[in-house]
Amino acid sequence: MSERASGNGYSVIGRPLPKVDGLRKATGQAVYADDLDLPRMLYGKLLGSRRPHARIVNIDVSRAEALPGVKAIITGKDLPVKYGILPVSEDEYPLEIDRVRFVGDPIVAVAAVDEMTAEQAVRLIDVEYEDLPTAFDIEEGLAAIDEADRIHDYGAHDNVHKEVNLEFGDLDAGFEAADHVFENTYFYSGSNHLAMEQHAAVADYGADGKLTLWSSTQTPHYVHKAMAKVLEMPAGRIRVIATPVGGGFGGKSDPFPHEFCAAKLSMLTGRPVKITLTREEVFYAHRGRHPVLMHVRLGVKDDGEITALDFQSFLDGGGYGSYGVASTYYTGALQTVTYKIPAYRFRGVRVFTNKPPCGPKRGHGTPQPRYALEIHLDRVAEALGLDPAAYRKSICVDEYTMTANHMRVTSCGLRECIDKVVQASDFASLRGALPEGKGIGLGIGSYLSGAGLPIYWNNMPHTSVDLKVDRGGGVTAKCMQIDIGQGSDSVLAMTVAEVLGIEQEDVKLICADTDTTPIDLGAYSSRVTFMMGNAAIEAAEKIREKILAAVAEELEIDGEALAGGTECLRAAHGHIVHEIDGIPSGKSIAFRDAVPLAEAKFGQLSSTGSYTPQKLGGPYKGSGVGPTPAYSYTAAVVLVDVDTETGVVTPEKVWIGHDIGRAINPTLVRGQIDGSVYMALGEILMEEQAFRKGQLQFPSMLDYKSPTFLEMPSVESFLVETDDAEGPFGAKEVGQGPLLPMPPAVANAVYDAVGVRIDELPITPEKVMTALDRKARGESPRYGPDSVPEYTWPEPTKVDPVWYDQPPEEWVETKRRPVTLYAAPPADDEPGSDAAGGPAQC
Amino acid sequence: MNISVDNGSTIAERLRLRVNGEKHDLIVALNKTLLEVLREDLLLTGTKHGCELGECGTCTVLIDGEPMLSCLVLPIEVQDREIETVESLAQGGHPHELQIAFAEFGASQCGYCTPGMMMSAKALLDEIERPSRDQIKEHLAGNLCRCTGYLQILEAIEVAAERREVARRTPIGDDLEANDPGEDGVEEVAAE
Repeated sequence: MSERASGNGYSVIGRPLPKVDGLRKATGQAVYADDLDLPRMLYGKLLGSRRPHARIVNIDVSRAEALPGVKAIITGKDLPVKYGILPVSEDEYPLEIDRVRFVGDPIVAVAAVDEMTAEQAVRLIDVEYEDLPTAFDIEEGLAAIDEADRIHDYGAHDNVHKEVNLEFGDLDAGFEAADHVFENTYFYSGSNHLAMEQHAAVADYGADGKLTLWSSTQTPHYVHKAMAKVLEMPAGRIRVIATPVGGGFGGKSDPFPHEFCAAKLSMLTGRPVKITLTREEVFYAHRGRHPVLMHVRLGVKDDGEITALDFQSFLDGGGYGSYGVASTYYTGALQTVTYKIPAYRFRGVRVFTNKPPCGPKRGHGTPQPRYALEIHLDRVAEALGLDPAAYRKSICVDEYTMTANHMRVTSCGLRECIDKVVQASDFASLRGALPEGKGIGLGIGSYLSGAGLPIYWNNMPHTSVDLKVDRGGGVTAKCMQIDIGQGSDSVLAMTVAEVLGIEQEDVKLICADTDTTPIDLGAYSSRVTFMMGNAAIEAAEKIREKILAAVAEELEIDGEALAGGTECLRAAHGHIVHEIDGIPSGKSIAFRDAVPLAEAKFGQLSSTGSYTPQKLGGPYKGSGVGPTPAYSYTAAVVLVDVDTETGVVTPEKVWIGHDIGRAINPTLVRGQIDGSVYMALGEILMEEQAFRKGQLQFPSMLDYKSPTFLEMPSVESFLVETDDAEGPFGAKEVGQGPLLPMPPAVANAVYDAVGVRIDELPITPEKVMTALDRKARGESPRYGPDSVPEYTWPEPTKVDPVWYDQPPEEWVETKRRPVTLYAAPPADDEPGSDAAGGPAQC
Repeated sequence: MNISVDNGSTIAERLRLRVNGEKHDLIVALNKTLLEVLREDLLLTGTKHGCELGECGTCTVLIDGEPMLSCLVLPIEVQDREIETVESLAQGGHPHELQIAFAEFGASQCGYCTPGMMMSAKALLDEIERPSRDQIKEHLAGNLCRCTGYLQILEAIEVAAERREVARRTPIGDDLEANDPGEDGVEEVAAE
């Protein structure tokens, strides 16, 4: 054991290794989509609608066509097939044909010899519109309208896209059993991902009828699928390659118009076509955080025990479906996985509005309800005279339990996360005791380690990893996963290296290419480490089995001793070492020398591993949103300064504890935590999507304020390793979860500092000052929405809950993956069966 | 010397640029920014762009050692001045201390802001050997990053500054290793 660097029993896992693509990125060698420059390449440009909601009466491209240098122009009629990321809302054309639904909605695409000519051509296109009635916010989106004026001709009714009414357990009985009922309304504003890289794609249609698309996308597989549908081409003739993504955060998870248009323009011209969006176009392409208005009604006993929760969400969806149906369910799915809630009702409605479409942004639909719930619990704690931290701990879910809405909770380190941040920050003694203007607040959260179900219904694996070993000992891992900066390339290399007992540097990667790599569904729902990691382990174990068998034979090791467990072969640090009773026997062989032995014995060393989550989710429609193989948990404490003269809120220090399961690379885990804290602070304090008649007021990086170096406080993070039974080496997610506790923690800290509740994000100086004025006047010391609209909900779907205190036997005995211990002799028909009794990896 | 190009609307200009120590004699469209000339005419695609409006710092290059936003610079203004891009940092195949530290400490996640961040950081370290944390924050406040929350970038710059100082203080020939971190530098950290 002594040679193991990380002290956790692993040789690679747990080490703070440099990111595998770090030097390529730091030297400028990484090639992003817009860096591609192909021979004879043309430049494409999209014309977006100037109107928020209108019929397209006529499009005249004649002046643009006459411009020298223009090579092709397409309109909606050239791509008349609808697509959409979710099969239930395929409501977009690459270029809209007869109706535009938001300012910026693309309607024409031009390819020209250079970017400037393409831009000029776009300006020469004349579009005649006939304006339609508009809806710009939730209230307007809920209004009754004429059939012909609806934004879409599908959905629940009028401009209502989706409505949900789910009831778990006996809500009435729950509220009857309550000693107190607390009600309040909250609003979480919309925000953009603001990835530094603008979306870009290059398409190249060859004379052989094959199309290649390079694109900055988080989901090459879904783009591939949508491309085949829209272009009406067999998928087998389309190759999608995801280039390194210069920031995603959910913003590059949909198929986008510029991808289809680049492809079509390349098909028409026989030349490669590149389309790169401008920053303004990125703001309009959007798919960012849904603005959500929420109402919380919570029944509790005198000691704070929750008896019932009644939660309503109103989502402002923007012009298209995007991920919106899933987003709607997500605003109701995860309230139950942090606290024991025996009776739960969730009602949610998403409206179409004439604004850029909303979609998934880091945390996808869960930061909004978390913000509401965690502020709400702070209020409950205060009213009942309870310490907010101790109170939360008293109502936390336990590990290996089931929630009322049928979410399966397995490993859970929430209490430990709370303890870590409360102790480190001295929360208990500082809360309520800091000088006026200084405050401290707590929030918690939970997120998925990958969605339990794929986006389109199928029974196939969610991810696969292919391995190939060359005779020189080099290992190549192939997977369609795309590194969007989160470090999934490092996870793949480190995982394979760990199992084969080699170093991260010995593993080469081929990723994110639909032609050369096996399936991975994409970089969303924090799924890659968990799912790809398990597939990589399976693939690597198959190779290791062959190598150990060949080594056992070469070193003439007694098979019975191996099978009996007294002797074993350990693969680590580039060698396979024979051990007797845990002590090296002196026999060993280098990995690179073992490879030819194994290839001679078994043939080419290749393998595939796959991962499919087990069936999860309850017996009701919508139960597919929320289940995951494992939830991560987070707790955060924030210390703030509130300037009572100006209303400026300055976060001074953040303590954050995250149940990561196992940190595969602690440096990268910390990077995800810091980045989540940062992104949350932007949404909490300054980022705001403001509109004027459907036009964005701030479609630029200067006016859309985001935090700089100067606004970022120091962050002390604590990794809680619960060693999840199903995660690869016990790992769970970290990319999204750490954002969740931050918004309510800051809001709670502001309350502690100056005694005002800000129930509406962002917490701007203006809102703080308004609330302080109200407090001074003796009015309700609060800023936020007063009520939610009266809505006629559909009949509830009533679902019997699974009680959280009766976990089924089989989960408690969930079998741990044999990751580190491998001692079972292979079956007769398995590779390695020739080995003397079978090899053992210890 | 002005030249009319084929589509009749764009006027080209003869330019002499000195980029990363190499002299270039080019004919480029007048309307092109330095950013576009670097990326499109010289294929120095290490320099990225996030807004092309001078708002994000992503396209930062050094002109006579000063960080400038290449999307706002007309190349004609900087003829015969020394332009440095991220491609100039690695010497003889050996990455710069900043590059090694960025890779090591997770300062590049998606990596897109990294070249601009790195050029701003280089200008700082060339001016102040061991900048304070506040000096780093102040100096780099014009470079936006959406991934890291800036903290690991801060650490990477501090470590790079420290290592440069150590290297500088080591008399030449005493310890070639210290002046030549190269890939070995990464290896050593990997083994920690």
